[in-house]
Amino acid sequence: MIAPDPTIGDPWWVWVIAGPLAAACAMAVFRKLSAAFGLLAGLIIAGLAARLILLVAEAGAVKTEIGGWAAPLGIELMADGLSAGMLGITALVGMIISIYAAAYFRPHDGADPSNPPPTLFWPLWMFLWAALNALFLSADIFNMYVTLELMGLSAVALTALSREPAAVSAALRYLLVSLLGSLSYLMGVALLYGAFGTLGLASLAAELTPAPAALAALALMSAGLMMKAALFPLHFWLPPAHAAAPAPVSALLSALVVKASFYLLLRLWFDAFGPAATAAAALIPGVLGAVAVLWGSVQALSAQRLKMLVAYSTVAQLGYLFLVFPLAAAEGARGTAWCAAIYFVIAHACAKAAVFLAAGNVLIGFGHDRIEELRGAVQDLPVSMFGFAVAGVSLIGLPPSGGFIAKWLFVTAAIDAGQWPLAAVVVAGGLLSTAYIFRFFSRAFAHVTEKHSCCRVHPAMEWSALALALCALALGLTAPPVIGLFQVGPPLLETAAMGGRP
Amino acid sequence: MTPPLLYALAGVALFSIGVGGLITAAHLLRQVLSFNVAGSGVFLFLVAMAYRTPGPFPDPVPHAMVLTGIVVAVSATALALLLICIRHESTARSATGEDDRP
Repeated sequence: MIAPDPTIGDPWWVWVIAGPLAAACAMAVFRKLSAAFGLLAGLIIAGLAARLILLVAEAGAVKTEIGGWAAPLGIELMADGLSAGMLGITALVGMIISIYAAAYFRPHDGADPSNPPPTLFWPLWMFLWAALNALFLSADIFNMYVTLELMGLSAVALTALSREPAAVSAALRYLLVSLLGSLSYLMGVALLYGAFGTLGLASLAAELTPAPAALAALALMSAGLMMKAALFPLHFWLPPAHAAAPAPVSALLSALVVKASFYLLLRLWFDAFGPAATAAAALIPGVLGAVAVLWGSVQALSAQRLKMLVAYSTVAQLGYLFLVFPLAAAEGARGTAWCAAIYFVIAHACAKAAVFLAAGNVLIGFGHDRIEELRGAVQDLPVSMFGFAVAGVSLIGLPPSGGFIAKWLFVTAAIDAGQWPLAAVVVAGGLLSTAYIFRFFSRAFAHVTEKHSCCRVHPAMEWSALALALCALALGLTAPPVIGLFQVGPPLLETAAMGGRP
Repeated sequence: MTPPLLYALAGVALFSIGVGGLITAAHLLRQVLSFNVAGSGVFLFLVAMAYRTPGPFPDPVPHAMVLTGIVVAVSATALALLLICIRHESTARSATGEDDRP
């Protein structure tokens, strides 16, 4: 019997998970104060995440067992550079979206039927935040399943927040796809446990052999996660769900939620499945990713509505992430490809959140988001449109932006690996994204003499979109320290080799 | 064929049937039921994995996983049913046929 050790207290950084859960409970009691609680909790979580980043950057990876219960029955948490970095970007983007949401869901004088009850957004967002943080800190594959489901369920509920038929239909489709994905993942977990008798990432990395069970588990788990990460051709659920959700929710889903599934894929392929993830297997996500870049861009080019354009752009941009698998399988390009994917994740998180918030402002300002009828939008929403433009620079990958660094690293990795077709895909994707971004710009920045009827958009909503866009731009100037942080600590293989806890 | 292997294979079969149903069924309720069938398949497979330790006592870890999994599946089913009800109230239809492409 493994008894809990009462002398070990839980470290303070457990509160990045417990904090939002506590806030969600408080919101259930004090409904009217939800927004205040949300912003306060956001500030505290952001502070803790910053402190954890400093700790990890200084002292390397840290781990703990919650309540002193050891694995496998207890829950083990681990924070290395990758976890801390993801926690940080979640806190940064989440905090700015929270400020936007506080203005978006503020109580109106006249009850506006198109706006959902503002109290429900906050507890769901806190659950989502707790799930994301727990997912990034998980050190075993079953805990990852639980956090994946928590994240999926809160994300689906957020999608359906407006209760409009289109949103509910999209949420249902999203839910069913998400459940299929996580069941497939759970089946893989069961196979791995049956074959190797362990769930911990570190011990799996040490014990995994390329046995048939491991290969089947890799296939099942990857397929499930790719479905949740909306990799072509499993992306069909994403555009309607992301387009139908309220603006802050669209931003959260596109910036953070799909990235969490990709984070799990990175962990599995690079940490746990080292021996089983061969170059031939890595070709499948790579090719699908390349197709996604082209297909998503072409769909974005033909979209009629701004939010659809942005959602299809997410499909395309997610495609780039999957190029990391074939590139990293080539000797010599592994490190560069890994950095490229990580940088792409954080740059896209900032830029896409900014674009979705700006698109939300357009929807509120003009009451619609039909691209053809948005001529001269810049005259009514100058700050939002400037934010859209700055974020567009990062999405296209022009210097000096985070998107540029990421694409530059991708092209470098492709050349190092000798995989020229992938370099061509990155460049072609950049050209296509220029086309679809400028398709909107050419309308929005057109000079028109007649005035639109434009409602006033709260300044906090305009400026938070711009703030996120500026973050994406700033990432172009801060690459060395950021990449340095993400590389801190294990590949878990090192901790496994050191023994850890018996 | 040993009993654990039989259970494990039955679990895989249930999982496959459920996944097949989830993909092919047109009616939303059938899809939710398919998800539950597939989930039961995974749980049965996990329970069969508990036999992997020699001796009279089965391995408790898969049982803990199944209990957690059941809680998750119940919550997911509840959310799905609630969404179906909301959708039914507003459209009085319950097939996923609606097209909301650009």
